[in-house]
Amino acid sequence: MEAIIKLEQIGLAFERDGRSTEVLHGLDLSIPAGHFVAVLGPSGVGKSTLLRVIAGLLPPSSGRVTLNCKGGPLPVAMVFQDARLLPWRSVADNAGFGLEHGQVSRAVRREKIASALELVGLGGFGERYPHELSGGQRQRVALARALAVDPDILLMDEPFAALDAMTRESLQDELARIHIETRKTVVFVTHSIDEAVYLADDIVVLDGKPAGLVANVTVPLPRPRSRGLGDFPDVVSRIRAELFSTPVF
Amino acid sequence: MTRARTAALSAFGFAAFLGIWELVPWLGLVPPSILPPPSALPQAFWRELSSGVWFSSLLTSLRNYIAGLAIGCLLGVGLGIVTGLWPAMEATLAWVVRALRPIPGLAWVPFAILWFGIDPAAAIFIISTGVFWISYFAALGAVRSVDRELLELADAFGYRRADRKLVKVILPAAAPGILTGVRTALGQAWMAVVAAEIFGVPGLGQRMMQASNLLASDIVVVYMATMATAYGLIDAGFVALQSWLLRWKR
Repeated sequence: MEAIIKLEQIGLAFERDGRSTEVLHGLDLSIPAGHFVAVLGPSGVGKSTLLRVIAGLLPPSSGRVTLNCKGGPLPVAMVFQDARLLPWRSVADNAGFGLEHGQVSRAVRREKIASALELVGLGGFGERYPHELSGGQRQRVALARALAVDPDILLMDEPFAALDAMTRESLQDELARIHIETRKTVVFVTHSIDEAVYLADDIVVLDGKPAGLVANVTVPLPRPRSRGLGDFPDVVSRIRAELFSTPVF
Repeated sequence: MTRARTAALSAFGFAAFLGIWELVPWLGLVPPSILPPPSALPQAFWRELSSGVWFSSLLTSLRNYIAGLAIGCLLGVGLGIVTGLWPAMEATLAWVVRALRPIPGLAWVPFAILWFGIDPAAAIFIISTGVFWISYFAALGAVRSVDRELLELADAFGYRRADRKLVKVILPAAAPGILTGVRTALGQAWMAVVAAEIFGVPGLGQRMMQASNLLASDIVVVYMATMATAYGLIDAGFVALQSWLLRWKR
């Protein structure tokens, strides 16, 4: 299958106080369309930075990013760790934030917003304002905002890390279902091995200073998955062992 | 405290204020020509009203007020936003701002007269200078403190041009701060109206000055009350507008 995301020899350096700090170095990654890839790694290693490079928010200092997208107006959409909703917009207007590029008519926009909110289980919430929502609901709106633009690629930066355990699990379930339904390519940054195993087809591990990919494992579990049942716990411990066996982790 | 109790206390406080004010000249502590009692005001107000002076002064002042406020706010908010967006602009203006900022509004009077003559334009100029600085600093601060992460969000959703970011994120995010500044400017501008008209531009300030020269202190008080009432109405109207614009806030 052709790779929808292709990173070749990506390097990224930040200038700080006149000194250049290299964050990413010689990073190669290619992700087939429709795959769910989890990016694991210790905090501060550059996982979010990698996501921003793929999103085109940070130009790499060296190397090449190739996205083979169908060419919609917004082929890549992002979900941040904080929901990052605009407090002055209603839920519906937040979900439609990416649809205000002129080529989307009002009626089509309304329809896309409604189906995106439906998809994340917030059907009747369009008129509410962000401050009236719980943390989990806010993150659902952020997910709806990303899905509404119908991107080829969904980039998610530890989207559930700030939620309580129950909310996190229910959102993981929703995301797994949405991934099966929409077949979007997902790059999901997390520091939880359980979360990565539960959600991803492939897990890549980012580590080192400057960071590069140190491991790439495939999760041998069929979908839909369930926690605690069947092979899941075995696979988690096997992958954990595999990841810990690499000396840097 | 219940709402009714609060209202009753406010009414009582104001009535007591009027009562003491009435009592002081009545007891002969000061002559009524120096402190006219409130009971003398309706008659003075009626004289001003029936001669048509009150209405035309109020109208002229309101015109100066609104023009000065509009010009000052538009320029101040506009330049504040531009400066907030581009650090280069802020650096360029840093010393100009430092040089001009501390000049009090009244110090501009000689230049206002030189440039515009004894004309409403002079009053409008003085009013707008005061308003300009307030709204400039409010807008600059509000734009500068817009969350960087919201700007990144705009980038991530394809709003990369500065004008799109301005409309989608910066202006709405900065609106509370800008509106607070404009509200401060509303009050400041009324004070500037009197200052600007005292040197002879027609309006409430000029009429007040004439009355004070004739020792018609009751008429002076009528115009003070007029300004207080006008400010009260405008401020209440603005607060209503503000809370409607910011209805998304908790």
